[in-house]
Amino acid sequence: MIVVNGEPRERDGATIAELLADLGVEERARGVAVAVNGEIVPRAEWVRQRVDAGDRVEALSAMQGG
Amino acid sequence: MSTEQIGVGGGVFDAPLQIGDRTLRSRLILGTGGFRRLETLAEAIRATRAELVTVALRRIDPSARGSLVDVLEECGVELLPNTAGCYTARDAVVTARLAREAFATDWVKLEVIGDERTLLPDAPELLLAAEELVGDGFTVLPYTNDDPILARRLEDVGCAAVMPLGSPIGSGMGIRNPYNIALIVERASVPVILDAGVGTASDAALAMELGCDGVLCASAIARAEDPVAMAHAIRAAVEAGRLARGAGRIPRRLYAEASSPSEGMADITPPTE
Repeated sequence: MIVVNGEPRERDGATIAELLADLGVEERARGVAVAVNGEIVPRAEWVRQRVDAGDRVEALSAMQGG
Repeated sequence: MSTEQIGVGGGVFDAPLQIGDRTLRSRLILGTGGFRRLETLAEAIRATRAELVTVALRRIDPSARGSLVDVLEECGVELLPNTAGCYTARDAVVTARLAREAFATDWVKLEVIGDERTLLPDAPELLLAAEELVGDGFTVLPYTNDDPILARRLEDVGCAAVMPLGSPIGSGMGIRNPYNIALIVERASVPVILDAGVGTASDAALAMELGCDGVLCASAIARAEDPVAMAHAIRAAVEAGRLARGAGRIPRRLYAEASSPSEGMADITPPTE
């Protein structure tokens, strides 16, 4: 079990790119950043890096804000 | 003041605003928060003629309609990611690095707030975060208190501009301490951008008359009854205030000073019988 944006998911072993696809985000989408357990995962690693049980994934994008 | 005073005369001209390695013709930076529709945001961007707009970084919302990034790209504006919502230097630094990854920019509007109710900056954390981000190659534009000493400290650690508040974010209370803003301007050798507190056009004009190099405005436009009309108004106010600053206002005085000559008055008293 991992946690993506605060929600538990049965996606152990998935790549970052696969997790983003779950959220409807294409791999080449602009304005997206990912952190796993508070560490930034560079875009180039998204297709390679896999998550392990217990990982906390934050998948972020641009929102309106001052 | 980082730029030359404007000249007025045969033709009105103005030096562009230089922040870091970027040259901006518009002295109004638009915050994108608070607009109810992306279409209105796009119209407001066109009305302000802003070249730089702020964005926040938040968890992906799969149900979100329309892409903010696409809309902003269509408008041809550059993005200034913020660290809104961060309470510690550490969170702000990580958020800035995430934003650099997301938007491929090393510019950041650095916000480190101390309190949910006032959203006022936490000075020690702000300074720590600014120093670390400058060291990491960021162009840092800190949202700061209207404190001349803190502004100087932020400049000393290498911030590319300082952005003092006029009053709390979204309060629309205008510039509560114009004397402090004037003191910040007097001492600063990086651009001073009035950030937060603008409620209507006259607040933006006052900021520029006090010598600020620009104004960052979000809520006053986004939450106005007619955001696009207010975008026009605040754009005009920034230009008017800038012109007035360059033109040099008259000194304030307690008593009247006649503008018509006192010499040469006609003698129109009736003859005495």
